[in-house]
Amino acid sequence: MAALQQTAAADAAAAAAAAAAASPATASLSQCDQQQQPEVAKMNFCNAVNSALHIAMGEDPKTMCFGEDVAFGGVFMCSRGLLERFGRDRVFNTPLSEQGIVGFAIGAAAEGYRPIAEIQFADYIFPAFDQITSEAAKYRYRSGGVYDVGGLTIRAPYGAVGHGGHYHSQSPEAFFTHIPGIQVVMPSGPREAKGLLLAAIRDPNPTVFFEAKMLYRTAVEDVPEGDYEIPLGKARVAQQGSDITLVGWGQQVRVLELAAREVAERDGISCEVVDLRTLLPWDADTVEASVRKTGRLLVSHEAPVTSGFGAEVVSTITDRCFYSLEAPPARVCGYDTPFPLIFEPLYLPTARRIADAIRSTVRHHG
Amino acid sequence: MLAAWRTVAQRRQCPRAPALLAAARHLASQTATASAQSASVAAEVPSSSSGSEPSARLSSSSQQQEERMDFPGGSVPFTAAMSFLGGTFSPRAPLPCYRTIDSAGLAIADADIPHELDQETAVKMYKTMVTLQTVDVIFYEAQRQGRFSFYMTSSGEEATAIGSAAALTNDDVIFSQYREQGVIMYRGFSVQDMAHQCFGNIHEQGKGRQMPIHYGSKSLNFHTISSTLATQLPHAVGAAYALKLQKRNACAVAYFGEGAASEGDFHAALNFAATLKAPVVFICRNNGWAISTPATDQYRGDGIAGRGPGYGMASLRVDGGDARAVYNATAAARKIAVEQQVPVLVEAMSYRSGHHSTSDDSSRYRAAEEMRQWRARDPVARFQRWLVDQGWWSDAQDTSARQEARRDVIKALETAQKAPKPPLSAMFEDVYARMPWHLEKQQAEVFAHVRTHPDACPADIPVK
Repeated sequence: MAALQQTAAADAAAAAAAAAAASPATASLSQCDQQQQPEVAKMNFCNAVNSALHIAMGEDPKTMCFGEDVAFGGVFMCSRGLLERFGRDRVFNTPLSEQGIVGFAIGAAAEGYRPIAEIQFADYIFPAFDQITSEAAKYRYRSGGVYDVGGLTIRAPYGAVGHGGHYHSQSPEAFFTHIPGIQVVMPSGPREAKGLLLAAIRDPNPTVFFEAKMLYRTAVEDVPEGDYEIPLGKARVAQQGSDITLVGWGQQVRVLELAAREVAERDGISCEVVDLRTLLPWDADTVEASVRKTGRLLVSHEAPVTSGFGAEVVSTITDRCFYSLEAPPARVCGYDTPFPLIFEPLYLPTARRIADAIRSTVRHHG
Repeated sequence: MLAAWRTVAQRRQCPRAPALLAAARHLASQTATASAQSASVAAEVPSSSSGSEPSARLSSSSQQQEERMDFPGGSVPFTAAMSFLGGTFSPRAPLPCYRTIDSAGLAIADADIPHELDQETAVKMYKTMVTLQTVDVIFYEAQRQGRFSFYMTSSGEEATAIGSAAALTNDDVIFSQYREQGVIMYRGFSVQDMAHQCFGNIHEQGKGRQMPIHYGSKSLNFHTISSTLATQLPHAVGAAYALKLQKRNACAVAYFGEGAASEGDFHAALNFAATLKAPVVFICRNNGWAISTPATDQYRGDGIAGRGPGYGMASLRVDGGDARAVYNATAAARKIAVEQQVPVLVEAMSYRSGHHSTSDDSSRYRAAEEMRQWRARDPVARFQRWLVDQGWWSDAQDTSARQEARRDVIKALETAQKAPKPPLSAMFEDVYARMPWHLEKQQAEVFAHVRTHPDACPADIPVK
């Protein structure tokens, strides 16, 4: 199949295009009035994020958007139009310092503001790691609950783009899922992104929000133009199936869907695809229910396999579903190398690698 | 600027001349806006390009030497002379240290005193110093006796903490490091409050979660202390920015030591504060030591105050052992911060007379003679002398104040030690606004473990 001969980057793009052509599912719009269809518009991931930011900024004068290059609209254009609408007090460029951006945001949040801090690439979030883990995550707990930085949201584009190499491709979510006190959210598409981002901004806990940058332009869907939220901490069953549960998040969900279609058509294997949406706290109950039904688990993420978040999912589900499992849980992930440039097609967990792993898991006999 | 490019283009018969000129014209039209927002460079030297007509300059440009470089950061004068500044080349003289009371406690004639200390404030300051000294001595001893696990004194720095605290209002938001207990005490945090926190009992706001001395109080506008150094500096900037947006008559204040000032967060905070114009007063306690590391191993420049101008920030060095100077410095800094909505840096020079903490023995790395010399100019004694000279204090009052403080501190320790600890459930609360499912599960595990093994739970923690 042509799809499987492409790189995973192309996988995701193909999946995105396919999703755009398909009719939108309204099941994810948990807080929308299903009686009256919301006004929707074709939006890409970037438009969806921008839409959420406009709504959040418009509803609360204590909301701010800032970071490197945010004022002119952002290097990915996610903050377009905000400066013109809300002014330079609330929408501004910061000096080039991630530890400064997040530290400053923490201070504003600690005084009751709702800062939406942008880190230009998730690859550059590490200078801010100390502020996130030592300060943001512990602010409420260490103060006995009288202080908190619940208003804080940190947004960062992550993930493979086809040519990003070491420092424009990484998926650092695993580091952050290991921090008690914060939340980690990774939407899988435009409609998910807008609803999850609004939920994250409004949620009274500091949240790190990773946006699949390759989907900024390539993923286009019908997205409600108005206000809606998608709940944090709740996974989405993207498609139902009976033979194996595929778990992913962010742009990898589309790759899982591609692999699922491939094995359905070629091998008659029925896959259930679960989009975790939130990694911390994660919805183990939904995955457990699925694996009890299918008896098989496969987790996939772009991040390196060792100590990736897939390890947490596999460990917890193995503990809960040990006697329901027909085969060892599989992980199809990035390799334990720095993210390579020319080798990206082989580095990434492509639909082909996933399809192969699905087959061998389904055919597994003890 | 335009002239420069035109001359270059003509001289070189550059094929790109039209493009260069167009770019120069564009930049010239931008300069008027850029100059208004330009950084310290342009602020120090007046820009010759702001307000001037590009067309006028164009017509007279061909004979003029270009005098300034206009760039997106501002405007700087050109020079044909090459001379390094700083380091071993024409080193700048260190910023002088402002003081109003000498080492013996005698008032210095003709000192600048823009903010006179009234009797009520001065006496409150001194009494707080007395209480602070008493707390520091007795709590330190309590730790040595094993009554609680850890303590840090602020001996030698009482004037820095209390002198500065006295110059602030209760609306000013404080972010401290860990050796500024005098600040929270001046604000109203009682000795009993301190004892409760050190014992981690049910009465302390932190619910027993952090080590001793990690005070915090929302009602006193004092953010909870964390052990990590300098992380509070960018917080103060963000908080100050919030105050600015609210147009409050208040500033944020960040305390830190000269060692913490080596951290990257110091640089980030000062740069952000100046660039984003946040009303924050940075107060550095340069007490000469970061555990066993003397300041000479910490930096090579002119201390901390010397860095401020580099960020475009007004900076002042002050004698941290002179409570009246610290009071004036802080009041003046606060005034600048609030009125101009800009950051200010104050470096208070003092000395850490005590050990770094109860886990340290500074006699291993410090000369007894050095410590003796600094004890001889103890800030509390200096301020006491000045207070007595004003007729606002007496030896009899001193004796009685110290006795009363001692009684209060001992009683506070006893009360705190007897008080119950927070319940076991406090271990899992406040990690998030609402407890997520996985913490509920883990909490249940801990309770189950304690039910099976009751002796696993510390005897003073209620199992509920």
